[in-house]
Amino acid sequence: MTANGRNAPKPAFGKRAHGLWLAPFLPYDGPMMDNASPFMEALALIMRLDPVFLGIVALSLRVTLTAVCLTALIGLPLGALLAVSRFPGRSVAIVAINALMGLPPVVVGLTFFLLLSRSGPLGGFGLLFSPSAMIIAQASLVLPIVIALTRQTIEDLWANYREYLQSIGMGPKQAIMTLLWDARFSLATALLAGFGRATAEVGAVLIVGGNIAGVTRMMTTAIALETSKGDLALALGLGIILVGITLMVNALAFGMSRIGVRHAG
Amino acid sequence: MIHPMSFEVKTGRRLVVLGPNGAGKSLLLRLCHGLLQPVAGQVHRNDHHPAGRRAHAMVFQMPVMLRRSVFDNVTHALATVGVPSAQLRSRAVEALNRFGLTGFSERPARLLSGGEQQRLAIARAWALRPDLLFLDEPTAALDPSATRLIEAMLGDLHAEGVTLMMSTHDLGQARRLADDVVFLASGSLVEASEAKQFFNDPQTQQARAFIAGDLVW
Amino acid sequence: MLRWFGVVIASLGLLAGQPAQAQERFITVASTTSTQDSGLFDHILPLFTQKTGIQVRVVAQGTGQALDTGLRGDADVVFVHAKAQEQKFVEDGFGLKRFAVMYNDFVLIGPASDPAKINGVKDIASALQAIAAKGSPFVSRGDRSGTHAAELALWKAVGIDPAKPQAGNPQGGNQNWYREIGQGMGAALNTAMAMEAYVLSDRATWLSFKNKGTLQISVEGDARLFNQYGVMLVNPAKHPHVKAQNGQAFVDWLVSPEGQAAIGQFKIDGKQLFFTNAGQQGA
Repeated sequence: MTANGRNAPKPAFGKRAHGLWLAPFLPYDGPMMDNASPFMEALALIMRLDPVFLGIVALSLRVTLTAVCLTALIGLPLGALLAVSRFPGRSVAIVAINALMGLPPVVVGLTFFLLLSRSGPLGGFGLLFSPSAMIIAQASLVLPIVIALTRQTIEDLWANYREYLQSIGMGPKQAIMTLLWDARFSLATALLAGFGRATAEVGAVLIVGGNIAGVTRMMTTAIALETSKGDLALALGLGIILVGITLMVNALAFGMSRIGVRHAG
Repeated sequence: MIHPMSFEVKTGRRLVVLGPNGAGKSLLLRLCHGLLQPVAGQVHRNDHHPAGRRAHAMVFQMPVMLRRSVFDNVTHALATVGVPSAQLRSRAVEALNRFGLTGFSERPARLLSGGEQQRLAIARAWALRPDLLFLDEPTAALDPSATRLIEAMLGDLHAEGVTLMMSTHDLGQARRLADDVVFLASGSLVEASEAKQFFNDPQTQQARAFIAGDLVW
Repeated sequence: MLRWFGVVIASLGLLAGQPAQAQERFITVASTTSTQDSGLFDHILPLFTQKTGIQVRVVAQGTGQALDTGLRGDADVVFVHAKAQEQKFVEDGFGLKRFAVMYNDFVLIGPASDPAKINGVKDIASALQAIAAKGSPFVSRGDRSGTHAAELALWKAVGIDPAKPQAGNPQGGNQNWYREIGQGMGAALNTAMAMEAYVLSDRATWLSFKNKGTLQISVEGDARLFNQYGVMLVNPAKHPHVKAQNGQAFVDWLVSPEGQAAIGQFKIDGKQLFFTNAGQQGA
């Protein structure tokens, strides 16, 4: 990172680090503020709206929001379809999707790395090391969650609504629209859960994105990189923002269910 | 489990399916409406309805309210049966007015009381202009004042000429509302006759016992 | 249903297109963590982009992984520091031609407590022998990187296999003194600091590393610690989609007087990190 003139001369370093865990809180010879702990430097970075820093946050949000939107487009109808349909092997499908929720992100990353590489079957699109690849990887991670939660919610609602909807002549396929809208608050919570998972993950996007500066460097991968470079201030700053976003998402999910009950019963 | 039976639903009259719990009343209603298909045997209907009109609608014991406003509940049902969108609003307003629900129009349907929800369910079903309205124990979960309201509504519907087929285990309700009675016990049709005749001069021992207040199975 | 799929594909197209960036000319360079972490690219790449308008996207991996990336055609240029592997890469036809670019050296980093008593020793061979004999903790990158390759070569040169138990470890040295972590240089330095261990590092990463703690340079200056960097264009014959023209422009710039000057000007604390030697015989 050259945004702050990291090549400036540093004063002599005279402290002893009592183990790695203490490092963030000890004074260190960072370039901006002498004898300021990385934590304070991190806060300064945030306050200053450092452009590289902001770029990383913006990219992360863009990638994750796009991934969640894609997941919603595919996962909500699929989950609802699974909920109302009856076909042989349905139980197997449900178990499989539930199991996929726990898919290790690095496995997803590796799979898409092999698929999207120029030497792989989908190489023609040239998607490896691009934000699109990260969007695809994150969407794949979140999709099972959305499908499984949607299926559960819609199935419960369908049990409640089925007789009534059938009595006015609505078939299962048409009912999906009604069910999805009526379950909107629970589904929004499911999407927020997916968002939370995508935001927190680092393995998949690191492998398929390549952590390229300014192009595929997201909050989580940047934290990994800056930590390995020993630049704890930036890592901490990003970490603070990341935790902040996670808290906000959870607050939103909570608020949503409350609003839902209050406004629609 | 229902045994083979045959009875007549006369147009414009109120048929009450009476019987103790477990007699098969709900089952019978659902078979007649077409919600359930018989595992063995068939349901024969000798009705004919003019093209374009919805033949039947059903009101359930526990009203199913969609998670939207009272008004939208009605328009949703109307749209489902194919009412053109230009008419949705007017017909919904008409239904709500008819049954005194206009004040609730924008309220979330689920926040209504049990009685109000059932009124909405009936209004909603009526909006579909059914020839025959099925009601499965519509007041079983309601308190007496709500029950009175609902029964009055049903009286209005009857006056309009809507055919009603209603199930209940409540003898008093049957007396109040029925024009004809079909009495079920243990899945079998025990007796079917006009209400006056049924209550004054029951033909079967089980019917007699039921009217007398004894437990029947 | 079809409507949904149409929307999905349209959005994917929108994302993959990335209108603004798709118009930019860019090349993908697979390089090492040592060049990235040191800050060299942050210094020289803007100069190249300014001159040519070509954006350079660097994917920083270990040398082994970087060569693999070039092999698969996922990068246009490979810029690493493992001469033998680079030459093989060209021989096997995956790289067009190898050019020497710059060099620096490796340094043996160790804790201030210096358990193996090798501080200031000039001979890397005896230093490594001392470490193995005493069983002092030693962190290895273990990730097929250039640094890892160099480290293994040094162990081989002194005839020690660090993965095997050492004969007679006095002073309570434990058998697990050699710790392969499978990660990059920064992580290795962090780990070495936490474990009070020795670790082989390239000088550039060491100088720019911000979490030195109690670590210091134990051994430096031995001729065997020489570290040469080379660059290659991925062979367009193997991978027709490779951006041969722009990629070659980058390679040419690196070995040109301008590029070499840029590399030479990169300093941390007034110290030059990489020394240019493009065109040098035998580099």
